[in-house]
Amino acid sequence: MSEIQLDYRADKAEEITDVADYWALLKPRVMQLVILTALVGMIRAGSEMHPVLAFTALLCISVGAGASGALNMWFDADIDRIMTRTANRPVASGRMRAGDALAFGLFLSVASVLMLGLTVSWFGAAALAFTIFFYAVIYTMWLKRATSQNIVIGGLAGALPPLVAWLSVTDSFAWEPLVLVAIIFMWTPAHFWALALYKDEDYRRANVPMLPVVHGRAHTKHQIVFYAATLLPLSLMPTFMGWAGIAYGVVALVTSCWFFWSCFRLYGVAGEVEVRRAKKAFGVSIIYLFAIFFALLVDGLFHVA
Amino acid sequence: MGCSMSLDLKKRRERRNLVLLGLLISFVVLFFVITIVKLGGNVANRPL
Repeated sequence: MSEIQLDYRADKAEEITDVADYWALLKPRVMQLVILTALVGMIRAGSEMHPVLAFTALLCISVGAGASGALNMWFDADIDRIMTRTANRPVASGRMRAGDALAFGLFLSVASVLMLGLTVSWFGAAALAFTIFFYAVIYTMWLKRATSQNIVIGGLAGALPPLVAWLSVTDSFAWEPLVLVAIIFMWTPAHFWALALYKDEDYRRANVPMLPVVHGRAHTKHQIVFYAATLLPLSLMPTFMGWAGIAYGVVALVTSCWFFWSCFRLYGVAGEVEVRRAKKAFGVSIIYLFAIFFALLVDGLFHVA
Repeated sequence: MGCSMSLDLKKRRERRNLVLLGLLISFVVLFFVITIVKLGGNVANRPL
């Protein structure tokens, strides 16, 4: 009886999996950020690569990022189901079979790495493979459930796209993309802990050791403010080192101060006000990173031109 | 109820197939263009 029911459910899951669910598996909102940051890495590299090949590199990096998102949703379906923020994801909600998500993620991982290697650069392809491995295995399968520093170390995967893009179009190493990686790396903890401050109950129920769950809200706020503060000098580095102009420097200074202020305002408040300010800080963090990288993109286009 | 459900499933399956077809054609075109770009003018410099 139970076997028949299981078979029926499995068949049904396959039948009702919509294209939109496969799209959701790629985490399209995260992908937007990956595309922007990788594009900045590509433009700043100043390579004279043919636009078709540059587009192919960007496509492979985006699909690789999407693939690691799919692998994340496959592995994390059990905890996604418990958390309100993620309960409606395709695998967690039962609209897609876990095996389909795994196959989709693995196929796209291999395809994106192979395509980047065969058409653009094996150096870039190796970096993309490492990024996918780091996100899917090191972060998702290990760190996320093991330590409160999960998103600090795991954040490296999300920070790497500018470096992957740079390596792909130049086939050589340089220091400038590492500054871009460092900006995203130091931004990630403040971004996710602001979210964790008002979604801590989700993480607690799912037994995910996010910082507010393990070390409390006061400690989390100190850490958020610390990481936001490091972004002020770090985001100005491209101007100090002569890679970007004054206009970028002004954007970086103003938005970094704004982000820092939105985090600093978390001190001394609790309850409803704290939740409201944490949501505000989370929103500002997204605008902040888009603004920084958009300014770098515009600056890079003028430099290249 | 059963009839409308199967119609919905049919629509979804059709949409999935159309998207796959679109992706397949896009990739064929992309690989063709990449090949032309990589060959560049070298295709003319071969012994006939």
